[in-house]
Amino acid sequence: MDLAWLAAGLGAGLVVIGAGLGIGKLASSAMDASGRQPEAAGAIRTSMIIAAALIEGVAFFGLVICILLAIKA
Amino acid sequence: MPLSTAVDSIKVAADSLKHSGESDSGWILHHVMDARELDFEPLFTLHIPQFPTLFGIDFTPTKHVIFMWITAILILLIFTLVSRKYKKSLIPKGIANFFEVFIVFVRDEIARTTIGKGYERFVPYLLTLFFFILFGNFLGLLPWSATFTSNIGVTASLAICSFFMIQIGGIRQNGFFGYFKGLIPHGIPPVLLILMIPVEILGLFTKPFALCIRLFANMIAGHFVILSLLGLIFFMGTVFVAPGAIVFAVFIYLLEILVALIQAYIFTILTSLFIGMAVHQEH
Repeated sequence: MDLAWLAAGLGAGLVVIGAGLGIGKLASSAMDASGRQPEAAGAIRTSMIIAAALIEGVAFFGLVICILLAIKA
Repeated sequence: MPLSTAVDSIKVAADSLKHSGESDSGWILHHVMDARELDFEPLFTLHIPQFPTLFGIDFTPTKHVIFMWITAILILLIFTLVSRKYKKSLIPKGIANFFEVFIVFVRDEIARTTIGKGYERFVPYLLTLFFFILFGNFLGLLPWSATFTSNIGVTASLAICSFFMIQIGGIRQNGFFGYFKGLIPHGIPPVLLILMIPVEILGLFTKPFALCIRLFANMIAGHFVILSLLGLIFFMGTVFVAPGAIVFAVFIYLLEILVALIQAYIFTILTSLFIGMAVHQEH
């Protein structure tokens, strides 16, 4: 019975929820904007990828802590 | 006949892993972490010769150091070739044509957009950073190789180089005290100054730290997922999981190629953005 493993699992799940919600909202706005103005689709796609990578970066902070917990346990 | 041997061999491997007493996930770390020898798994293992210990530091190269050397030599060879092609004519052919896309991309979309005036003196550093991380990430996707960007020591060193580039760029442009004075935005009430000064100084350090962790975590997470999916076959102990696990692993592998490109781009553009913010400090 090791609480660190439970914490790692719960943490990883929460990280995924956070990242999924954040990037989902981002992608939805990007789709709306591309639909409204198809000429800007290229620029919107580039900005979307950058923002997605930054949000994923924050998610990976949490993931690294979960991995540390799971390895130390 | 081949199917039953496959079933039996997977069962034997899974049982030996369970009974050897080591944890189920130790082998994942063994594949991802730095090592003192180059192992080409079933064939042979190259042991790296011992280097002398100077000033208390052991200078023996490890697997990641050797891959950094390989990347550096590859970059030197390729770009000497590319620059030689430019001597003949301004219109590049062949390999120079291919790399011109990336070089012009870094110079125009990354450096000029984010730094603005005076961007030329930072382009060599940004190009080196971009291609070093890009080649390193791609080299790690080949069989029997290691990703040196999944080593936090390497990404921390790259972040420290970027940190010095940012500070030196800012101090050179604005003067030593002018740079630190320019960190605080104009027109804020002096009461907030007690909060703003530590926050801005901390911000100088957290931004490269985030660069370091982002690249490290992205690279190591990709390899973890591939290894975990393939290890699922041995963990379940049955060969019938193999088709599904391999399909997922191939999909994640293709995603890894995209992530390799994107992470090199993100590291470079964020460094360039911070340099731009330090050089042109108008808030």
